[in-house]
Amino acid sequence: MDRSPWKVLLVDDEQQFVSTLAERLELRGIAARVAYNGDQALEAVEIDTPNIIVLDVIMPGMKGLEVLRHVKAKHPEVQVILLTGQGATRDGIEGMRLGAFDYMIKPLDIEALVEKMEEAYNVALQARNME
Amino acid sequence: MDKAAAPLGIKTSPPPDLHGPRDVAPRRYKVLRRKFVVIMALVAIVPLIAMGAINYLEFQAALSREVQSPLRALLYKTKNTIELYLAERASKVSFIAQAYGFEDLADETTLRRIFKVLSSTSEGFVDLGLIGDDGVQVSYTGPYALQGVDYSNEAWFQLVQVKGIYISDVFMGFRRFPHIVIAVRRLGDDGRFWIVRTTLDTSQFDKIIAAMGLESDSDAFLLNKKGVLQTNSRYYGDVLKQAPFTLPPQSYEINLVDTTDPAGRDVYMAYTYFSDVNLVLMAVKSRVGALQTWSAVRGDFILIFVVGTILIFLVANRLTKGLVQHLKESDERREFAFREVEHNQRLSSIGRLAAGLAHEVNNPLAIINEQAGLLKDLLNRQADGPEKERYSRLADSILAAVKRCRDITHNMLGFARRMELAIEFLSINEVLAETLSFLRKEAESRDVEIILDLDPNLSTIPSDRGQLQQVFLNILNNALAAVSDKGRIQISSKDSGQNVLVSIEDNGCGMPKETLEHIFEPFFTTKKGRGTGLGLSITYGIVKRLGGDIDVRSTPGQGTTFTVLLPKQGKLEERS
Repeated sequence: MDRSPWKVLLVDDEQQFVSTLAERLELRGIAARVAYNGDQALEAVEIDTPNIIVLDVIMPGMKGLEVLRHVKAKHPEVQVILLTGQGATRDGIEGMRLGAFDYMIKPLDIEALVEKMEEAYNVALQARNME
Repeated sequence: MDKAAAPLGIKTSPPPDLHGPRDVAPRRYKVLRRKFVVIMALVAIVPLIAMGAINYLEFQAALSREVQSPLRALLYKTKNTIELYLAERASKVSFIAQAYGFEDLADETTLRRIFKVLSSTSEGFVDLGLIGDDGVQVSYTGPYALQGVDYSNEAWFQLVQVKGIYISDVFMGFRRFPHIVIAVRRLGDDGRFWIVRTTLDTSQFDKIIAAMGLESDSDAFLLNKKGVLQTNSRYYGDVLKQAPFTLPPQSYEINLVDTTDPAGRDVYMAYTYFSDVNLVLMAVKSRVGALQTWSAVRGDFILIFVVGTILIFLVANRLTKGLVQHLKESDERREFAFREVEHNQRLSSIGRLAAGLAHEVNNPLAIINEQAGLLKDLLNRQADGPEKERYSRLADSILAAVKRCRDITHNMLGFARRMELAIEFLSINEVLAETLSFLRKEAESRDVEIILDLDPNLSTIPSDRGQLQQVFLNILNNALAAVSDKGRIQISSKDSGQNVLVSIEDNGCGMPKETLEHIFEPFFTTKKGRGTGLGLSITYGIVKRLGGDIDVRSTPGQGTTFTVLLPKQGKLEERS
């Protein structure tokens, strides 16, 4: 399988969830790093800026939307797909206003996620080209 | 995520006493109304009665005084006249007795001359005579032949010897004519005595009484102390008849009593006893006549009282009716409000529970999902074999079960979306566009045409963005569910004075009337097994909380139009 050029960062406090998800993406040729909380995520973004971040909204410590705000402030080209456990429209909508690419609801359909990532990557590419 | 808060500042359940009666019994209002009317009527009527009674008594007393005092005055005057009349006559007789000696009076010629002078100066004298100490008439002048009559056994003859002067009752005597005797005793120098006696015609009394000028319903007369009439009376018989009633107690003042005469008339009886003479002067006046004015006034009183009472009752009844009606309505409104609050609270707590539960379940569910997915991914990379197929099936069924669980939790979350209001100034068009962005993909995939007809000049309104999105999302979701592929949804917004009006019209399946009546009720759903039946009830609740209104029209087979009305003034004050 072709190695995808996407750099993906998965952020969720549910370690088993993210690590399994990362492994599954890996199996689909998508390189995914994981972060278990907001601080780790921001750190990871600084070390190696990803194209796409899959970000859980509800986390202990720094909330997803805050991470989103920080990332978007420094790296507006990074596309963020929000994950909400509660499917709360409010957070989803708020996230969209803050510049998230889209939001998805847990549990995820992996194929749908990959599809969404593809769209996001294209947008990210465009964003980078515009710069 | 925001903690789902209790709606509109009611953080705790209201104290039970605020609930009021659970069932607003109509009897309660009837009783209340009756109480009000009775109390109001009493408060108004009791003073009326008191005033009426006081007026009645005062007026009657005043009227009585007015009737009585002329009667008293008249009686007093008449008594004086009679006393004067008698005293004058008696003094003349005394003068004759003193001025003339026995021999002078015994001489008939002298006696006649004296009598002539006497009767020319005073009216009423009938005769004049001299009686010796043996009681025998010595000389006499007058219309009767009384010469030599012996009076020694008469009661007056005894009395005059003791008293010196005697005035008799009216009597017939020897003359068969009502008359009165005045006798004066004179003691001679030699110790012998003689008596000068004169008779008075009692018609003089009648004249005096006639001079009182009595009204036709009144009567006045003289009685002696035995109750025998001394003058003619209008109603109680002629002179010397026994009066048909017992005499009132003795009094020399003028007394007035309310009594009933023998004919049964209510009368005022005024009377006075004479001190020197055995006489009682009495005047009787009909009370009916006297109080005729009073009767008329009493009629007015009663009329005013009755009309007043009726008016009071009418007014009390009318006022109370309005008051109780008002009370009833506000009770009902309160009852309704409490039910609504209660309902909201119930929904809100169910919502919190559902949200918590969904959150807790979703994370492990996500893990199961990923692990089973990974299992499947790994199996896919294995060489084909019977084992692989079996494991793959198992993984699929796990994934299918997870999907089912996900649908359930998502439904629960949809129902839990009730949050605190966060009011800000919003462009409704913007909110509509944002909301639409969530659905555009589904609409595109089903080739549903979405037509926007938004008024670009719409003013911003204070409202809650999240809640409004929820509202539009719910309605749009329903519209999407209603239309078939290639259907059409038209979203329009416009200004309508006080409000901003958003209508969402679809050309979908529509709803029958029975469904339409229930769509805003919680747990009502036509999507059996898929919907929670809360979407529109929550939508309705939100719109109401935002101070707006929602209206729905639907024709089966032709489509549905939802119209949301949002106030431009918003409900800023209701932030909790």
